[in-house]
Amino acid sequence: MGPARQAAMLSKKEKELIADIWESLTPVAEDIGADALLRMFASYPGTKTYFSHLDISPRSAHLLSHGKKIVLAIAEGAQDIGQLTVTLAPLQTLHAYQLRIDPTNFKLFSHCMLVALACHMGEDFTPVAHAAMDKYLSAFAAVLSEKYR
Amino acid sequence: MVEWTECERATIKDIFAKLDYDSVGPAALSRCLVVYPWTQRYFSKFGNLYNAAAIMGNPNVAKHGKIILHDLERGVKNMDNLKETYADLSVLHSEKLHVDPDNFKLISDCLTIVVASRMGKAFTGEVQAALQKFLAVVVSSLGRQYH
Repeated sequence: MGPARQAAMLSKKEKELIADIWESLTPVAEDIGADALLRMFASYPGTKTYFSHLDISPRSAHLLSHGKKIVLAIAEGAQDIGQLTVTLAPLQTLHAYQLRIDPTNFKLFSHCMLVALACHMGEDFTPVAHAAMDKYLSAFAAVLSEKYR
Repeated sequence: MVEWTECERATIKDIFAKLDYDSVGPAALSRCLVVYPWTQRYFSKFGNLYNAAAIMGNPNVAKHGKIILHDLERGVKNMDNLKETYADLSVLHSEKLHVDPDNFKLISDCLTIVVASRMGKAFTGEVQAALQKFLAVVVSSLGRQYH
């Protein structure tokens, strides 16, 4: 299923919910992003192979800056989900031709991002928010891998 | 045979010792039915699952959620014997309930998220990895008797 279709599966309410959540997380982008990455490295050690050129120990400068980059990109996409393909065009190229991260890893990272959100938001990460966020992150990952082949 | 480090054993026992089963079980199952609505196919006799509020307030869902958590506790007490521990349940889910075993991963992910939201910062990456390893073995054991 194409990414535009995936994004269209989000209702207006879900899009607003997602936009609100990511806006509120922008001030702690570094912490959420680093947390999600660390969780992924702990549960899925194979994912560390993409970071052999960086220092990914907890609280390292590389980890924090990388985590921040990822969260800010997700947050930016959340402000206008209908335009994901446009917003992410440069990142699509980057991932397809340079980074070439196997797309299975996007699922692993998305799961760890959901866990990070659950830890951070507690009861506020309701089942409805979880469902919406899972759909959004799936659409985001699908757009990122659109130029792979 | 699955190898558990002392740290993993202690972590799993610690997580479950601190869990309110009667709250977490229903929360995990109802979350699964909301986040992955196709799983509702196995619960057509449970009554009103029309929307998130109905699911979360459904007493049959709550009851079943508690059963699931108490069954997980058996696994915590038998970490070196998970295949045998869940053999009967595996047969039940395959022969009688006809549940696609891919669904076990879905509820296991929802349980992870619920535990994360309850434990907050204490649910570190290492704790998450241990819980996910445990749940993965349970899920595998539940799928063993399918043929």
